[in-house]
Amino acid sequence: MSEEAQAAFLEELLAEKILFATGVPGVVGRSATFESIVDGFDGLVKKFAKQDRAEIMRFPPVVTRTNFEKSDYLRSFPQLMGSIHTFVGNERDHMDLLKTFEAGEDWSKKLTKTDVVLCPAACYPVYPTLKGIIPDEGRIIDVISYCFRHEPSPDPARMQLFRMHENVCIGKPEKVQAFRDSWLERGLSMFRSVGLEPHSDLANDPFFGRAGKMLAVNQRDQNLKFEILHPITSVEKPTAIASFNYHQDHFGHLFGIHFEDGSDAHTACVGFGLERITLALLKKHGLDTKKWPAEIRKTLDLD
Amino acid sequence: MNDDIRTILAEHGRLAADPKTLADDADLYNAGLTSHASVNLMLALEDKFNVEFPERMLKRKSFESIASIRTCLEELTGAAK
Repeated sequence: MSEEAQAAFLEELLAEKILFATGVPGVVGRSATFESIVDGFDGLVKKFAKQDRAEIMRFPPVVTRTNFEKSDYLRSFPQLMGSIHTFVGNERDHMDLLKTFEAGEDWSKKLTKTDVVLCPAACYPVYPTLKGIIPDEGRIIDVISYCFRHEPSPDPARMQLFRMHENVCIGKPEKVQAFRDSWLERGLSMFRSVGLEPHSDLANDPFFGRAGKMLAVNQRDQNLKFEILHPITSVEKPTAIASFNYHQDHFGHLFGIHFEDGSDAHTACVGFGLERITLALLKKHGLDTKKWPAEIRKTLDLD
Repeated sequence: MNDDIRTILAEHGRLAADPKTLADDADLYNAGLTSHASVNLMLALEDKFNVEFPERMLKRKSFESIASIRTCLEELTGAAK
């Protein structure tokens, strides 16, 4: 049932030219209408973030292979990663590559890995840059990036490439947890201010395999991850549109971020899935943004 | 069995303390066992004792102490008395 609803909503979005199909599930073009909502909500995140005086950092949508390997992503989510490969051979190798391609065979086997991997979450490039001593009062970083996750799906809300606006807090455990809890409240207010009816729930990441099952259970037992959900194509299975994660000292330890006294920094991140939020708004208020309630248009700066 | 568990803990637990100095009921998470380390510990225990932890045992409590690990292993190897 829910797959039918997903396909129907996608069909509607394509027919109204709000999204453009590319032929690959989960990879779509965005229209001016779609982008105006993304920008509007992004502005709202910035407004709610102001009180924290977050430092802005922007990265291209990749992480270095070295940092990716250090991050434990390969251990936790191998099924979602996107590694970038290229051709580095000589002319003879090139001929061989073309021959393979022309024979309709898998030419990707002739490629060589590069120094970069597609960014899996906007905050990943941040941690390695903080290596060393951080002040006891901690730091808060604002970051936005396109992220890649290999999960092709007919669900318009499950894209393979999407933008995540994150705020990351690096600091003492109490500060980091207070930051996450405060953002959970701020997130709920933000969504209500644009006419959505969000609810929050305990969650876990989609860790791979049997070992992953244990990581997921651990994550839930320790209340490490919360999500804000909203129905998009299913009321029974609402979609996560924002997530609030406490990593304990996982990244601090891996990337050598510590305090003067040598103890590892703790980290938390809050992430807003801009495409999913936009889809939730389109579903809730209709595909014609001109007909949206004036107050919501104003809040999202659509006029 | 406890000695075997301690040996595997020393290799895979990444604990701050030497597992030999830990009591059977000492809290391993307090001793520094992380989620990722507990996964490695589980896989190493499976190899050593030739068992597979069923889904109902894949939880934090199963690995919280040397005694709790032994309880799981005894059940899985049928060694419980």
